[in-house]
Amino acid sequence: MDHQRVKFIFQGNQVKDPIIYQLGHNFHIVTNIRRAVVQEDMGWVILELDGEKEEIERGLQWVSSTGVRVDPLSGDVVEG
Amino acid sequence: MAFLNGLKCRECAREYPAEALNVCDFCFGPLEVVYDYATISEVISRDRITKGPLSIWRYADLLPADSLNPVDIMAGYTPLLKADNLGKQLGLNNLYLKNDSVNPSFSFKDRVVSVAATKAVEFGFETIACASTGNLACSVAAHAARAGIDAIVFIPADLEKGKVIGAAIYGPTLVAVDGTYDEVNRLCSEVGDNYPWAFVNINMRPYYAEGSKTLGYEVAEQLGWRLPDHVVIPSASGAMFTKIWKGFNELACLGLLEGVKASSFGIDQNTAHHPDVKTRMHMTQAAGCSPIATAWENGQSQVRPVRPNSIAKSLAIGNPADGIYALKVLEESGGSAQAVPENQVVEGIKLLASTEGIFTETAGGVVISGLKHLAESGALQKDELVVAYITGNGLKTQEAVEQVVNPLEVRPMLSSFEEALRERTLAKR
Repeated sequence: MDHQRVKFIFQGNQVKDPIIYQLGHNFHIVTNIRRAVVQEDMGWVILELDGEKEEIERGLQWVSSTGVRVDPLSGDVVEG
Repeated sequence: MAFLNGLKCRECAREYPAEALNVCDFCFGPLEVVYDYATISEVISRDRITKGPLSIWRYADLLPADSLNPVDIMAGYTPLLKADNLGKQLGLNNLYLKNDSVNPSFSFKDRVVSVAATKAVEFGFETIACASTGNLACSVAAHAARAGIDAIVFIPADLEKGKVIGAAIYGPTLVAVDGTYDEVNRLCSEVGDNYPWAFVNINMRPYYAEGSKTLGYEVAEQLGWRLPDHVVIPSASGAMFTKIWKGFNELACLGLLEGVKASSFGIDQNTAHHPDVKTRMHMTQAAGCSPIATAWENGQSQVRPVRPNSIAKSLAIGNPADGIYALKVLEESGGSAQAVPENQVVEGIKLLASTEGIFTETAGGVVISGLKHLAESGALQKDELVVAYITGNGLKTQEAVEQVVNPLEVRPMLSSFEEALRERTLAKR
C-alpha cells in the first residue's frame, strides 16, 4: 500500500465536477480531504490518497486528463 | 549558535521542533521558523553586524542556522549602486540597484542555499538536492562542493547546455527528467518524500527561504540603516518578496534602523509590521507566468496556477508556494504587482546594460521594464528613494539577447575598416 498527499486545483466549471467521488469510485483509492478552499469559479483541495502505488498513479493520470491540475502539496518545487 | 525556537505552521500555528520539515502534519500549511527575538534583541547591534564577515553571515543572529561553521562561498554583501544614468532616463533622482548578479554562482540563490546547506550539514545530511532550471542548480552544486557533501540536481531534459554546464562543473549528480513541467514537479516532490536528502526547497524550505531576508538587511545597512521608499523586486514563488519585507520589519522591530524605536513582534512573527516601515513593495513578473500579479490585478484572494510560457525562466513558477503571502505583503505595504509584457523583457536587459554597465538575466529585464513602467505611471516620485533588485547574471540567459551581436565585418585592411565604420555611422542616422 502507498500513501500520497496531493493538491488538486479546479478552475472554472471544473468546480462542478465530482472528481474526488469518481476517483474513489472508479479506482481502488481511498480519498481523504484534509484542507480545501472552494469558490464559485476556482478551488483547491489537499487530499491524502491510500492505495496500491500503480493504482494511485493511474488515478492521478485520469484526474490530470480531466484538466484538473494535480500538484505537489506545497506548490511548484522546480525553481529557476 | 542560531537563536531558533523551532518551526510553526503559518495556517494553524501548531508548533514543531527545528527539524527537516516543511508542511504541517495537521493542516498541511507551510512551516516557518520561530526565533527567540528576546535573546536576539539583547545581543544584536549595528556594531556587531558591521564587524561580521562580508557575506550574509554578518546577519547570523537573524538566520536559522549555526554560523560557527557555515557553508559559505561568500554569498551576499553585494554592491548597491546609485544608478544616475538610468535614473536620469526614468526621471528618478535617487535610484539604486542592488546588484546581486555578482554572487559567487551569479544569482541571489547563493543566499538561500548557503543557509539551507549549513542547516543540512547541521542536521547530518550527506546529500543536498534540488529541482531547477538554472540558478538554483548552480548554487546547490557549488555549495555541496564547498561542504564536501553530495549534490543531486534534477533538471528538465531539454535544459539549455550552457545552464547545465554551470551546474555540472561543480560535480553533482545531474538527473535529466524527460517530462512535462507538471511531471517534473511531481516526481521531484515524490523523491523529496522518499529519500533521506536535504531537498533545499522542500524539506529545508523553512530555513532556505530565510536567506532572502539578507537582501533586505543589506540594502538597509548600505543606505545608512534606513529603508527605501520603494523597492522593485522580481518574483517567482513569492518567497523572496515576502522575506525582504520580513527583513525590513525585523530591523525595525529590533530598533536597528535610524530613528526607529524597537517594538514587539506580536504573536505572528512572520507578519509583524512595524508602523515605521513605509517601504512600498512592488512586484514584477513576466506576463507569460504571472499568477501573483494577475491575482493582485483582479483583486483575488487566491492565486490561480498557470502553466509557464515565458522567456524569464528563472521566474517561471506556475503554482507559487508563497503566492497568498505575497498578496498580503502587497496589501500591507501599499505596493503593486505588474505583469511585464514578454516583448519588454529584453528591452529591460538592454536598457540596464546600456545605461549602467550591468548585464542581467531575463529576471532583471523584467525588473527594469517594470521599474520603467512604475516611473512613467507616476507611482514613483522623482526624489523618492527607489531600489531595484537585480538578482541574476546575464551570462545565464545569453540566448535571450543573441540578436545584439552585430559586429562590423571587415577584411584586415584599414580601408575595409573605415568603409564599414562609415556605413554603420550612416545607418545609425
